[in-house]
Amino acid sequence: MTEAVHSTLVDKTEPRSQWLDVWDQFRHHRGAMLGMAFFVFILLAVFAGPYLWTIDPQYIDIRARSQGPSWGHPMGTDQLGRDTLARMLAGGQVSLAVGISAMLLALVVGALIGVLSGYFRLLDGPLMRLTDLFLALPLLPLLLVIIMLFRDTLRSAFGPETGIFFLIVFVIGITSWMQTARIVRGDVLALKEREFVIASKSIGTSPFRMILRHILPNVLSPITVSATLGIANAIITESALSFLGLGFPSDFPTWGRLLYDSTDYLQQYPERVIWPGLAISLTVLSVNYIGDGFRDALDPRIRGR
Amino acid sequence: MFHYTIRRLLLAIPTLLVISLIIFLLLDLAPSDPTANLPLTIPPEVREKIRESLGFNEPVHIRFLLWLKQFFINEPLNVIESWLGLEQGDRLRVLSWQTRSPVVDLIVQRLPQTLWVVGMSYVVGVLIALPIGIYSAYRQYSWFDQIGTLVSMIGFSVPTFFTGVLAIVVFSVWLGWFPSIYDTTHKVTDWDSFLFQVRQMVMPVCVLALFNAAQISRFMRASALDNLNQDYVRTARAKGVRERSVVLIHVLRNSLIPVVTVIALGVPQIFGGAIITEQIFKVNGLGQLLIIAIQGGDVPTVQTLTFIFAALIVFFNLIADMLYGLLDPRIRYD
Repeated sequence: MTEAVHSTLVDKTEPRSQWLDVWDQFRHHRGAMLGMAFFVFILLAVFAGPYLWTIDPQYIDIRARSQGPSWGHPMGTDQLGRDTLARMLAGGQVSLAVGISAMLLALVVGALIGVLSGYFRLLDGPLMRLTDLFLALPLLPLLLVIIMLFRDTLRSAFGPETGIFFLIVFVIGITSWMQTARIVRGDVLALKEREFVIASKSIGTSPFRMILRHILPNVLSPITVSATLGIANAIITESALSFLGLGFPSDFPTWGRLLYDSTDYLQQYPERVIWPGLAISLTVLSVNYIGDGFRDALDPRIRGR
Repeated sequence: MFHYTIRRLLLAIPTLLVISLIIFLLLDLAPSDPTANLPLTIPPEVREKIRESLGFNEPVHIRFLLWLKQFFINEPLNVIESWLGLEQGDRLRVLSWQTRSPVVDLIVQRLPQTLWVVGMSYVVGVLIALPIGIYSAYRQYSWFDQIGTLVSMIGFSVPTFFTGVLAIVVFSVWLGWFPSIYDTTHKVTDWDSFLFQVRQMVMPVCVLALFNAAQISRFMRASALDNLNQDYVRTARAKGVRERSVVLIHVLRNSLIPVVTVIALGVPQIFGGAIITEQIFKVNGLGQLLIIAIQGGDVPTVQTLTFIFAALIVFFNLIADMLYGLLDPRIRYD
C-alpha cells in the first residue's frame, strides 16, 4: 500500500490535489455531468432570464387570458392573462432560493451538531438524543402546523413575501439536518482516533482550531453529498407545501404554487400543469444525479477505477 | 433480546411524552383562536362562554395533563369496555373543536380509506421493488439495470403531486379510463361495484407505489450486490448448487435482512406522505382530516393525530431494530 502511494507520487510530474482527483472522477459520471449541465442551465435561466424576457410576471392582460403557446407567450398565459414563461422564471427564483438557503441552514445546523457531538464526549449523549427526537417527529404534519399557525404573525412582522420566505426556509432547514448530523458525527468519531489528530493534540492545539483546521476539512465530502441531496429535498418540500395551499401567497409564484393553481383548470387546460411539474421534477432529478456523482467521486474506494 | 426490548419500550415512554409536549406547546404558542371561524354576529360574551366550554381558558399545564389523561387513560378504557361488551363509562373523551365529536371516533372513521389506498400502495410497491432490485443486481450494468436505475431515479425525484396530477390528466381527462376523484361512500356489493372500486383505486395506488418502489428497489439492489460478491456465494456455486437456488435462496434471504428493516422504517411515512396523495385524489383519509383540522384551528384533533404519527414512527423504529436482531444472528443486543 505504502509502495503504491509512493510510486504514484514519483510518477506524477505535477502535484495533484484531492479535489482535482474528485473532479476527474466526477467527469466520468455521465448522469452527474448531464445533471450539472442542466442545473447550471436552470440557474442561469432563472436568475439571468428575467433580464432577457422582460414581461412582468404580475402584469395582468385580461384580453390575452388562457392562451396557448405563441411567439408572444411561448408557454401561453394563465386565466388572468399573465405570461406563464415570466411566471415560471420568477417562480424558479423563489423555489431555488428557498431550496438553497434551506439546505445551507440544515447543513450548518447538521454539521455543527455532528461535529460537536462527535468531538466532545460530554455533548454526545444529549445531542444524539435530540437528533433521535427530531427523527421521531412526523415532519410533514408538523411543517403544516407550524406554517399554518405562524404565517400571520410573520406576515405582519416582515411583510407577506419575506415573512413567508423566512418561515419556510427556517422550518425546512430546522427539520432536515438530522441525517447530516449523524453522518458527520460518525466520521468525526473515526477521525478523532487518527494519528494526525492525536499528534496535533499533543502539541497543544485548542479544540476550536482543531475542529477548524483538521476535522472540518476531512468531513467535507459527506457534507457535500448531503448538501446536494438537501437541495432536492428542500425544493420538493417547498413545492409540496405550496401544493397544499400553505406556501407562498398566490400572487407570488413558485413552481409548487403554479402547479397548485393550474390543477384548478385541469379539465379545460391540462397542459398547464406540465411546465411547473416538469421544472420541479427535472431540477430535482438533476440535483439527485449530481449528488450521486459526488458520492462516487468522493468515495476513495471507487475513485480511480 | 428480551431485556433489550423492555429497555427500548421503557425509553420510548419519555420520548413520546416529550414529543407530545413539543406538539402541545407548539400549538399553544400559536396565536390561533378556535372561535375565529364562527359567525361575527356571535356576541363577545357568548364567544367567551364557547371558549370556556372548550377548556381554552385553563392554564397550559392543566390542559396538557388533561389531554394526557383523556388520551392515555380514558380512551383505552373505552376501547377495552367496548371489546368486552360492557356499558361505556361516562368519561371525558378528547373532543374535536370542529365537530364536537370524539377525535378517536373521527380517526376510526377515516382509517380504512387511508389503510386501503396507502397500505395497498406500499404492498404493491414492495412487491414490484424486490424482483427489480434482485434482477438488476444480478445483471449489474445490463440494460435492465440501467433502465431500472433511471426509472427509480425518476421515481423518487418526481414528486407525487406531479405524477398524481399527470396521471389524472392522462388517464381521466384524456383517456377517461379512471375517475379522478375517489368516492369513499362507494360500497362494494356485487361484481360491478367491485370493479368500480378497483378502478378508482388504481391511480392513487400506482402513483404512491411508484414512489415507494423506487426507493426500496435501490436498497434491494445495493444489498443484493453486497451479497453476490461474498465468499459463501462462490462456495455455493463451486459445490454445484443450481444458479436459481444460489440467487433465490442464498442471496435473497441474506440480502433481505437490511431491506426488511428499511421497509419497516418506511411504514410510518406512509401515513405522513399520504397527506399529499389524499389531497390530489380527494380521498378523505387521515391526511385530509389533519389538513381540515389544521385549517380550522382544531387543536385536539391536530394534537392527537400528530401524536399518533409520532408514536407510529417510534414504534416502527423499535420493530425495525428488533427485526434486525431476529433476522441476523450476528447482531445481538445483550
